[in-house]
Amino acid sequence: MKNSLNREIPDGLKPFQSSSDFRHQERRLIPEKSPVDQSLFYPSLEAAFLAMDIKPGMTLSFHHHLRSGDQVINQVGELISKYDIKGLTLAPSSIFPEYRLSDLIIRQNITQIVTSYLNGPVADTIAKGHLAGELIMQTHGGRARAIESGELAIDVAFLACPVVDKSGNGSGAYGKSACGTLGYACSDWRYAKKVILVSDTLVDKLDSYQLDHSHVDGVVMVDSIGDPAGIVAGTTKITRDPIGLKIAEDTATLLTELGVIRNGFSMQTGAGGTSLAVADAVKKVMLKNQVKGKFASGGITGYYVDMLNQGLFEHLYDVQCFDLEAVESYHKNKNHIGISASEYGNPFENKSAVDRLDFVILGATEIDLDFNVNVTTDAFGKIIGGSGGHADTAHGAKITIITSTLTKARIPIIREKVRTITTPGSDVDILVTERGIAINPLRTDLLEKLSHSRLKIMTIRELLDLTYAIAGKPKEIPSGKKRIGYLEYRDGSVIDSLYDSPLY
Amino acid sequence: MKTGVAGTKESNDALISVFESDMLEIEIQSIVDLMYHDQIEKVIRETLKEEHIQNIRVVCVDKGALDYTIRARLITALKRMKSDD
Repeated sequence: MKNSLNREIPDGLKPFQSSSDFRHQERRLIPEKSPVDQSLFYPSLEAAFLAMDIKPGMTLSFHHHLRSGDQVINQVGELISKYDIKGLTLAPSSIFPEYRLSDLIIRQNITQIVTSYLNGPVADTIAKGHLAGELIMQTHGGRARAIESGELAIDVAFLACPVVDKSGNGSGAYGKSACGTLGYACSDWRYAKKVILVSDTLVDKLDSYQLDHSHVDGVVMVDSIGDPAGIVAGTTKITRDPIGLKIAEDTATLLTELGVIRNGFSMQTGAGGTSLAVADAVKKVMLKNQVKGKFASGGITGYYVDMLNQGLFEHLYDVQCFDLEAVESYHKNKNHIGISASEYGNPFENKSAVDRLDFVILGATEIDLDFNVNVTTDAFGKIIGGSGGHADTAHGAKITIITSTLTKARIPIIREKVRTITTPGSDVDILVTERGIAINPLRTDLLEKLSHSRLKIMTIRELLDLTYAIAGKPKEIPSGKKRIGYLEYRDGSVIDSLYDSPLY
Repeated sequence: MKTGVAGTKESNDALISVFESDMLEIEIQSIVDLMYHDQIEKVIRETLKEEHIQNIRVVCVDKGALDYTIRARLITALKRMKSDD
């Protein structure tokens, strides 16, 4: 069966129609978890694990706020291995290279995985075809929607929680493993059948918290929930690469020409060096023209904290803190507001952060002549990431801009067809490269506004031809033969399939 | 045996080593081998021809370098080989 983007998808699943099709759909909500009288404190993770009576076929969920440093998923993984429970579905919001799940997949303890982002050994194990069931990749907002609708029914959520109090309330704001906001855990906390908080810092009473004890069945204190060095990255610096800086400056010029850097505007960028360079270039325009923005959202870095402190934005809406400055600011500054993944990007959420964005700056592994973007697989079919909030922000923001060099280690970014569609081209408006800027022909309004631009506006086909002139045309690398999973768009429809990598 | 080396193993660059030899040997290890092997070999052969070299051993460790980078690294490696005592 094919969907509207002409991608082959598994029979029996809902084919992707369009990025706005959800507007014709009803929001479905299962009942929230009924309130718990009192959260039980278990003497060990093993005791809690056994009390949950975990059986084959159940679904366990996790969040990824402790990122590379997370020890909770590994500790639960060891228990799954010890009691050799088979046929589990794992639904962590993301999977990092440090998560030790490969053996559990090979031994069929884990037979299905639902997540929004993965790379490293687990991704390779799956791309080699070892997962017995399928890999289902969602967006951050789509995961929240799948949980609240009951499509992703969670039996037990093991939620790493940097600080808990004696009533069972939990927060990420401080503690020795502080990670800031726990935005990706909120849906799990609200809708999982059972919720266990796993923490390494206990206080008498928390004054404010994201996870209220009313939904917390159990609390476990362990020695450590994570390695602080892996939880928060060092501060990302603005790129010094002259090509990255040129792309950033051109992007800021473009935004200025489009007139979107004005009082009350809102924006999001990634946390990488080029993204921060764009933020920096935007900041200069704001200072020069005395512009004050409404909010910046996303994964928040210290760079945005500085902008908040300088009064350049009223608020930060933060679903995930990326560095220590962001964690600190989330803890102390009331204008640095933690939001849930649902409030961030659920298509059915009224006034979600993404729907209020004026523009978003995103990356791409591949972008094709129809502006479809792939951030899930690389040119060789390896799984190297996933949507995260890519498709959510691209749809919500009024203008979606992809910034990239034309080639990365010779591999062209522009392709005739992307290997995997993460984000549909109808939601991608502008591609900024070091050699020129392409506008999606669907956005006649932007083309009109930029008709007298001093920037080099080209068609995406011209940019592709230029790429071939510089790098040569690459030999086609075939798709794998065995389907290993699929990508769910925000509304739960299937936008593309995933295949094993022909490299293996 | 005279040798010459030029380049780095940084992304977008290539490390090219040349060795005196009585036959033509070209070894290519590239992160984009599946896509660009033939193109890399072609550039090396063309550059050797322009430099009037028939017999040599070339080892190219490529990290996604563009043609002009491979050409420049090879020419420099050849120059260094000539002045290698």
